Amino acid sequence: MQALYSQLLIGLINGSFYALLSLGLSLIFGLLNIVNFAHGAFFMLGAFAAPLLLEHLGIGYWGSLLIVPPVLALGGMVLQRIVLRPLQELDHLYGLLATFGFALIVQGLMQIGFGSAGLPYAIPSALQGGQNLGFMLLPNYRGFVILVSLAVCASVYLLVERTRLGALLRAATENAERLSSFGINVPRLVTLSYGLGVGLAALAGLLAAPMLQVRPLMGADLMIVVFAVVVIGGMGSILGSIVTGYSLGVIEGLTRYFYPEASNTILFVLMALVLAVRPNGLFGRREA
Amino acid sequence: MRDKAMKPHIASTRDWRFILFTGLILVLALVPLLGWVYPYFIMQALCFALFASAFNLLIGHAGLASFGHAMFFGTGGYICAHALKVWAVPPHWAVVFALIATLILGLCVGLIAIRRQGIYFSMTTLALAQMLYFVYLQSPFTHGEDGIQGFSRGHLFGLFDLNQTYVLYYLILLLFFLGHVLIARIIHSPFGDVLQAIGQNETRAQSLGYETARFKALAFVLSAGLAGLAGAMKALVTQTASLSDVHWSMSGDVILMVVMGGMTTFLGPILGGFLFAAMLQYLSVLGQWVIVAQGTIFLACVVMFRQGLIGTLARRLRRSL
Repeated sequence: MQALYSQLLIGLINGSFYALLSLGLSLIFGLLNIVNFAHGAFFMLGAFAAPLLLEHLGIGYWGSLLIVPPVLALGGMVLQRIVLRPLQELDHLYGLLATFGFALIVQGLMQIGFGSAGLPYAIPSALQGGQNLGFMLLPNYRGFVILVSLAVCASVYLLVERTRLGALLRAATENAERLSSFGINVPRLVTLSYGLGVGLAALAGLLAAPMLQVRPLMGADLMIVVFAVVVIGGMGSILGSIVTGYSLGVIEGLTRYFYPEASNTILFVLMALVLAVRPNGLFGRREA
Repeated sequence: MRDKAMKPHIASTRDWRFILFTGLILVLALVPLLGWVYPYFIMQALCFALFASAFNLLIGHAGLASFGHAMFFGTGGYICAHALKVWAVPPHWAVVFALIATLILGLCVGLIAIRRQGIYFSMTTLALAQMLYFVYLQSPFTHGEDGIQGFSRGHLFGLFDLNQTYVLYYLILLLFFLGHVLIARIIHSPFGDVLQAIGQNETRAQSLGYETARFKALAFVLSAGLAGLAGAMKALVTQTASLSDVHWSMSGDVILMVVMGGMTTFLGPILGGFLFAAMLQYLSVLGQWVIVAQGTIFLACVVMFRQGLIGTLARRLRRSL
């Protein structure tokens, strides 16, 4: 039973990352109409930022948590402004290839700088230890990650569904041309949503840094799973991304307990099944 | 990719593509006689070039950007190597088995993937390829990280000893030639025109009464089979089949080859394949910088150089190349 609970916990943790990453992908997709292949690279940069800031500037975990997501989001906005905006009018394939090329460059540079093995990063002292829940021991940091990701997902949901900025974002997704005819600066919205998506990826990376191995390819490998998650859920709705992210993480965890051989492939099998039955994904609305 | 001026094209002997391709084959056929080019380099380049052309059938003509084509390339290699080593069949059967396996795989993957369009198609193919990667990583016949190696190439039809370098060379060249003849035939057929129409505007093709899903599925299967053939050829040449050929980075590599050479062109992927092989051969001393270089080429091509090398040349010469 203990093993089952701990796999469920790992599933929830992975689900948190899936949710944060697919949420960012959905935001970016809604306004730019591209899959951000650089998402994994930003996740990895977020993770690397933690040990690097600690080593060179002496900035601890909490400082990183405040600094890293906004800084990387800014970097993402620069990338979008310089590279992606000129490609916006063309076939979406080009935007996708550009982000893929960018991801290759970043990963390659990080591999040159830090090797493939990666850096260690300790759990912040305030979050070491664990809580005894009676049926299992919950490490504090893992509980923290789940809480933070739930809180962030909820705030992004509220931001998009309940605020004026969110209303503008939704309107731009629906019909960018009409929105700009109302005098709204749509290109700025596009840049902003790219930054927001990248910030979420960086935050996810930072949360992962003390738990996963911080290595250059950590993002690329994770992203392929997230793509399967996104295909299953459909990128139509914010809530859909969140729900699919968490539940698929849990399903993966359960598979690891009951049939470990399939744990690597289960999400891809599910994806194939969903495509056969509901081609638009569970929460998908219309075709891209 | 969709902004190419459409002209009715008829394959004729005066077509520049025909002349240049024939010239290329003749030069390559004479290379062994000159003896100053390393034949294994050319053979590897030919495998990559056929892989790229097979891929271009989808991305350049049908507008389908598959991000998982390594699965066909790698599977072709694995089946060919396994057939030679464990089943101990002659090489022609090994290649046929590889072809059959990748055609079936292409059909299965194609039927799933074409249910989604655009970027969802890309993500689906990438995810399915990754699934297959894990399957190969875990199944015993691939020998995991070691790969399949140390097998004899055997005798083709019981006559030609493929362990002799130049016998192998001409076989690879012949397969390269036949693969491209088939691709040219597909492009210039009415089927190829429908693919082109789907690539440019799928909704319009549908409104003209074409059942586009069926066309896309067939294109996918053909492309998969040709990619599998290229993979089987590479297994014959290198006498190995390994996980690196099924990894997603190989799917990225083939996109790079096509983008460098020029999508929508016939000769572009061939040039891309040769350039890629040269990068592997001569830039390997740079280590991880190769990945950075590849990423930079990607960005440069996409931002400034969308037609690719051959595409730019074709525009300059106002010819289809």
